Amino acid sequence: MSGHATFEPKHPALKWFESRLPLVGLIHSSFIAYPTPRNLNYWWTFGGILSLMLVCQILSGVVLVMHYTPHVTLAFDSVEHIMRDVSYGWLIRYIHANGASMFFIAVYIHMFRGLYYGSYKAPREVLWILGCIIYLLMMATAFMGYVLPWGQMSFWGATVITNLFSAFPVVGPTIVEWLWGGFSVDNPTLNRFFSLHYLLPFMIAGVVVLHVWALHVVGQNNPTGVEPKTEKDTVPFTPYATIKDGFGMVCFLIFFAWFLFYIPNYLGHADNYIPANPLVTPAHIVPEWYYLPFYAMLRAVPDKLGGVLTMFGAIIVLFFVPWLDTSKVRSGVYRPLFKQFFWIWIVVCIGLGWLGSKPAEGGYVIAGRILTVWYFAHFLIILPLLGLFEKPKAVPASITEAVLGKKTKGGAPASVGAHAPQTKG
Amino acid sequence: MATTGTAETTRRDFLYIATGAMGAVGAAALVWPFVSQLQPDASVLALASTDVDISQIAEGQIVTVKWRGKPVFVWNRTPEDIAKSKEVALSALLDPIARNANLPPDAPATDENRAAPDKERWLVVIGICTHLGCVPIGHAGEYDGWFCPCHGSEYDQAGRVRRGPAPTNLEVPPYAFASDTKITIG
Repeated sequence: MSGHATFEPKHPALKWFESRLPLVGLIHSSFIAYPTPRNLNYWWTFGGILSLMLVCQILSGVVLVMHYTPHVTLAFDSVEHIMRDVSYGWLIRYIHANGASMFFIAVYIHMFRGLYYGSYKAPREVLWILGCIIYLLMMATAFMGYVLPWGQMSFWGATVITNLFSAFPVVGPTIVEWLWGGFSVDNPTLNRFFSLHYLLPFMIAGVVVLHVWALHVVGQNNPTGVEPKTEKDTVPFTPYATIKDGFGMVCFLIFFAWFLFYIPNYLGHADNYIPANPLVTPAHIVPEWYYLPFYAMLRAVPDKLGGVLTMFGAIIVLFFVPWLDTSKVRSGVYRPLFKQFFWIWIVVCIGLGWLGSKPAEGGYVIAGRILTVWYFAHFLIILPLLGLFEKPKAVPASITEAVLGKKTKGGAPASVGAHAPQTKG
Repeated sequence: MATTGTAETTRRDFLYIATGAMGAVGAAALVWPFVSQLQPDASVLALASTDVDISQIAEGQIVTVKWRGKPVFVWNRTPEDIAKSKEVALSALLDPIARNANLPPDAPATDENRAAPDKERWLVVIGICTHLGCVPIGHAGEYDGWFCPCHGSEYDQAGRVRRGPAPTNLEVPPYAFASDTKITIG
């Protein structure tokens, strides 16, 4: 971690405080003087966007809890009460509901970026695994949050997802009863999901701190995958990264606002505006869009336990990517074959998502099986073999060389950070 | 942040200020709904008035009804109560203001200004001690009005504070007679 000791407090009171708790110095070294690679592109702004979304979800969620009642007889009505009676309740609920989707859009882009540029490779394995843990926590949080309005989709989503655990032999049915606190999804289930839905975001925030800490220990990856070697390869976090992240956030918020104000229910399901009925399942039950690829995998396997293991395995495999990718070259930019397989894999993921929204019948199931096999083959076969057989392109000697070309010897500007071009995609 | 040390105003300075100002406006616009949601919502406001049937309240009886979540005392006072209340000189009161929401804010705390207009046996007051919010006990205390069990404040037959620590008289809520037997509070 570099950039220490550049913060010299001048005010006596600040000096007094700084010698007892170097908080301002920590912020200064982490977010002002921190050296970031000079070639970061806009895909690198999603870390900041994700932090923003976490704050957005926690703030809007805390406000919603002020008006929500976690009881089976009142939950649905209290959500309608928020929509109709509470001042700006509609806005805050739509922020929270659409914010969850925006959070997942951002996290998927963030993950795809990491996979493309090899951000999981040594020495960033722990950073990557912490990210995977955050993703798992996000999925659990989003699932339990979707249960709280206690509509038909809430209820049957909760029933289906908790029943996944019944697939495990011997202990399965007991686990499910413990999850429910009864013999079906009912008030005890709603209460504990509410409690955990409030708790988990703060656990996410805790792991985010570790994630950022790990990032600042090993330093940011960059589009070339070449570690910064000299001071010329980096620019200070402020203003370069703060302004760029800020611009990225503003653009993302415009996208968010479009959903929020024009199509707030586009990503939801009309069935969830019907109060939960434990006696009737909706005709077409699908999870929220961000689970659809996994849902397609679940349905692709004709065996109950096999389907559940496949689904969980699709996430677990991500934890092992740092060791499954055997290539010496980090960034996909210099890996011609990997690049093609990466985009095929992206199409496979989107395809699985589309199939997850379709009924589980006929050609959809067959296509789902093919794509599921490909999803796993990408990690378990293609990534290990590519490292052995692929002939990567020449990697630049430094970030500066990649940005400015080889003729940097004499003509490069001496004052890095002041006049240097910020980035090149 | 500035890369050059020029003292004169540049186009970039203008951009910084314009961007910052726009950001401040946006932040304020975002804070507004988060503060606004704290105010009483539509379902609370819908309960802002309460009708009370007073035909069954016997002479001398105090009935407690709920208005906006608060207790309201409706007292059908006896002629003796009224007479005693009228004897009290304004100078003997701790709080000489009527505290009647139906009258101007500076109306004196005479019995006429405390009781219902033209129906002086009816006294309608909010049953919350003006000290720290406890509900006083009726027909109790030295002044035959209310006695607050929390800190010992006492009120007379017109709900006027006669012994501290309560600073002001019991509030008279906005109300009107919808008919001879019905009061609408709020």
